[in-house]
Amino acid sequence: MSINSKAAPVSFRSVTKIYGKDVVAVDDINLEIEAGKLVTLLGPSGCGKTTTLRMIAGLEMASKGSIHIGDRDVTLLPATDRDVSMVFQSYALFPHMTVMENVSYGLGFSGFDKSETRDRAAQGLDLVGLKGYGDRLPSELSGGQQQRVAVARALVLEPQVLLFDEPLSNLDAKLRRQVREEIREIQQNLGLTVVYVTHDQEEALAVSDEIVVMRNAGIAQIGTPRQLYDAPADRFVADFIGEANIIPCEITNVTGETASIRVDDFLHTLPARGLGQGAAMLAVRPTRLKLGAEAGMHMEISKATYVGSRMEYTLNAGFGQIFAVSENVDAPLGVGESVIVGLDAIGPVLLPAV
Amino acid sequence: MRQLASEKTTHPVLIFWIIAGWVGFFLLPWYGVEEFFAFEWLLDGYPFDTDYAPAAFLIGQGEKLWLAPMFVALLAPLWVIKKRKTDPLYAKVLILAGAFGFGWLIVQGFSIGIRGWNFDWAEAVFGDLGDRQFGMGYGALICASAFLFLFTQGIAARGAINGDVFVVSAIGGVIVIVTAFVFFPIAKMLTAAFITEEGGYSASVFAAKFFDDRLWGLGCLSGGRCGVAWNSLFLAVLVGLITTVLGLIFALVVTRSGFRYKRALRALTVLPIITPPFVIGLALILLFGLSGSVTVFFSDVFGIQPTRWLYGLPGVLIAQTLAFTPIAFLVLIGVVEGVSPSMEEAAQTLRASKWQVFKTVSLPLMRPGLANAFLLGFIESMADFGNPLVLGGNFDVLSTEIFFAIVGAQYDQGKAAVLAMVLLCFTLGAFYAQRFWLGKKSYTTVSGKGDSGVHPHMPRALSLPVLALAMIWAGFTAVVYLMIFYGSVVELWGVNNTLTFKHYITAFSFRLEEGGIRWSGAAWDSFWTTLKIAAIAAPLTAIVGLITAYLLTRQTFAGKNAFEFGTMLSFAIPGTVIGVSYILAFNVPPIEITGTGIILVVSFIFRNMPVGVRAGIASMSQLDKSLDESSLTLGANSWETFRRIILPLLRPAILAALVYSFVRAMTAISAVIFLVSAEYDMATSYIIGRVENNDYGLAIAYSTTLIFVMLSVVALMQVIVGRTEIGRRMTQSRTNV
Repeated sequence: MSINSKAAPVSFRSVTKIYGKDVVAVDDINLEIEAGKLVTLLGPSGCGKTTTLRMIAGLEMASKGSIHIGDRDVTLLPATDRDVSMVFQSYALFPHMTVMENVSYGLGFSGFDKSETRDRAAQGLDLVGLKGYGDRLPSELSGGQQQRVAVARALVLEPQVLLFDEPLSNLDAKLRRQVREEIREIQQNLGLTVVYVTHDQEEALAVSDEIVVMRNAGIAQIGTPRQLYDAPADRFVADFIGEANIIPCEITNVTGETASIRVDDFLHTLPARGLGQGAAMLAVRPTRLKLGAEAGMHMEISKATYVGSRMEYTLNAGFGQIFAVSENVDAPLGVGESVIVGLDAIGPVLLPAV
Repeated sequence: MRQLASEKTTHPVLIFWIIAGWVGFFLLPWYGVEEFFAFEWLLDGYPFDTDYAPAAFLIGQGEKLWLAPMFVALLAPLWVIKKRKTDPLYAKVLILAGAFGFGWLIVQGFSIGIRGWNFDWAEAVFGDLGDRQFGMGYGALICASAFLFLFTQGIAARGAINGDVFVVSAIGGVIVIVTAFVFFPIAKMLTAAFITEEGGYSASVFAAKFFDDRLWGLGCLSGGRCGVAWNSLFLAVLVGLITTVLGLIFALVVTRSGFRYKRALRALTVLPIITPPFVIGLALILLFGLSGSVTVFFSDVFGIQPTRWLYGLPGVLIAQTLAFTPIAFLVLIGVVEGVSPSMEEAAQTLRASKWQVFKTVSLPLMRPGLANAFLLGFIESMADFGNPLVLGGNFDVLSTEIFFAIVGAQYDQGKAAVLAMVLLCFTLGAFYAQRFWLGKKSYTTVSGKGDSGVHPHMPRALSLPVLALAMIWAGFTAVVYLMIFYGSVVELWGVNNTLTFKHYITAFSFRLEEGGIRWSGAAWDSFWTTLKIAAIAAPLTAIVGLITAYLLTRQTFAGKNAFEFGTMLSFAIPGTVIGVSYILAFNVPPIEITGTGIILVVSFIFRNMPVGVRAGIASMSQLDKSLDESSLTLGANSWETFRRIILPLLRPAILAALVYSFVRAMTAISAVIFLVSAEYDMATSYIIGRVENNDYGLAIAYSTTLIFVMLSVVALMQVIVGRTEIGRRMTQSRTNV
């Protein structure tokens, strides 16, 4: 016997959640989460990501639309009746129960007999590397250990979907990377369907198969980490996932898939992404700007900061300020120097003007 | 895969309540049986004697046929017992059966009383009934519960509160009992105010009683006597102000001074809980009465003629201030401690002096707490019955006036009802002001993050007078309590000051005889009754209080605000009003429980419930909601969550609620005095009876004993609670939507 996965897909069909009379927390979203994938809900606070997660758990009920887990419509089922486990931000370990009792808690309601419950709980603890900690109280564990108990408690139920609500936010920075890798490893080994909420874009990029970026109660973009980073759909996503300079430009000509653009008097060609002639925006990551290129935009350095591994520059251009980094720390540019800023061949993308 | 509750076809809870309903209908006596638990009725003609027969046997014999329709409501649920919860029929049948059964039970109960039809129109329509019925008994009670919970299961099956049977049933249960034992009696009392001597209804009767000069007269402005309403109001405002100031002084000494014996001061807060309210009055008589020690001392040394100055406003004011200052202290200590030290430290770093910090930051932040303490003192003073009775003299207040209207020679229920309404309006007004004025002005300064700072000490100019006043008042309190003890071992106060245990012997003597102990003392009867009633009431109070607190903090449902208001309302209803309304409401069928121990238990439950609710809310809001949620996502239902997560974590709160309601039940007087009977006399009413006979020695000896009994109960609780405290490290969660 071992802990297996009964991973199932999750599907949201036109789901809306309204609190009270008119506070719309989630507005008519459609979402398909494949079985065995780790999907992250990412967005600024108040965007509806936690509400979405809690609707999967059954802790909030959808006001409109339907939610399916596997092949079953669970829209009206309360949390108790859904085959979903959740790891809470605060871990929510029961302080009056030992670690073992905590992990066994859910098994008792799932029809396992005593010896089976014990075996499974022990296995769960083993899986998260806490063998032998069963008799301790949660208060006798460190934050990271408590976190693992919470994961084990959710895992042993072999849920169709496992939910994480900002699981790393109570851990210190070093532990975060480690725990995040552990979660990802367990998820991949067992093939679990995991839905993960975070507001930390780096965390999202690191763990996810797919990221759902949310904004103002709706979905801004869904894609793999790479898609979101390299081809954001709009300005919001470009700016939220990593940092991006948004530069106004004009598409002068589109031939096939390629657009020619103009920024001030600098001309450049790049994929058109379905845009036509006229005003547009150019999103460029700070690392994709080439300071001191032969052709490019004329700018002036207004701030230069040395941060060890690289230089960070703020530059004044005709259209406003931009932010760039350079690996060249040995010969930094000084404040007030003029510089020509070029674009990397890949990286910069065109976005619609609005 | 988890088994789905919605797809199950066996419903143990449903089966339980169906069986309960059948037991109530077929096995238990339908009407009230005196001494039910003696089970003599089992040998006395049960099940055929109409006094003891279950409903089914009554109908079988052709009696009380109006009970028959309920049988249909008991039969109907059997039809859906094998159906799925999601089947619309399941919900429909249960709702209909429950509503019909419950409704019919209520309607027949109110329509047919001891003189046949209760309503003239019913007699006109259906003709003379030629039969009658008495108060409902355990059969009816169990049946009513069964109908109620069948109904709530139906509602739950229709999807209310996510189909949660436990929560829906708990809401239903609390609503029904609060309606039956708070709103119904109050409503009954209000109507009693309009009843004329002939039994009809008339607004002019009400008006005559309401505008009586004895109630609203302003004679005292011109040297005469004022109406009782003004007396009560004036007294309550004074008591509220003085107790708030003294309470603040004590709170400041404990939290913001270098005073060394803070723990001793904190012990003061226990006093009002363990002291029957009128005991302070007794002690004051021993000190300042005509033959009181202080009076005698002054007349001996200075030749000052002893007067009866104590009897009247001054005496009642002093007694109530002594009695209720600790309550204000208890409230304000939390408020003063709640002001975040970092705010005060911030002010200090912004170059405010200690005095400026206190004046501009600390004090304004305490303002809602001060208002709260004032209102508490106001309500307590309005509701106090014992002290005005003992010390009032010619200074009449509403609570004593009500008492004399109903037990005195005048026996005027209507007048009592009118007075009770006025009293109720005052306290409800204060309660309303507290909720709606303070509710919006919460300066909660607890941020959830640990505050590591310390409260700065008071500025010196403030601390000296504050400390002095606190010492004087604490010393006075100590003297008063010493007097109580000393008075109990003196032969006859002021006349014969020899020490004696005579009073204790009269009250608590016992003999060892063959076959056991013989409790020959005069006080034992009421003492055992008090213990028994308090011990029954305490767990019930705690259960009702905690379930209500759970619903209020952990569940959202339509009408929750009204629900909360209703449950907290009985806090604002003075005991005297409860007492009057209970005799008016429960002296006749369908609920006929005056003169029994049940009415005492019930009155204690609803008098003390708000305390249980508050304690529950306070400790439940410290439990992170994610604990419940994680239990739910792990497959527990809300009942399991309540039982296995919330209750164990609340163990200290539960114990506190238990002990508190136990002790309050032992010290209560205002409602009790209306509800006691020869058979069920309570300690407090017995003592009041002794006082009225000028038998002070026995009264004080008994009071002292009560104080010591309750002190040991409270101490025991401290020990137990101290042990069960669980080390918990709760991480405060941020909410993010």
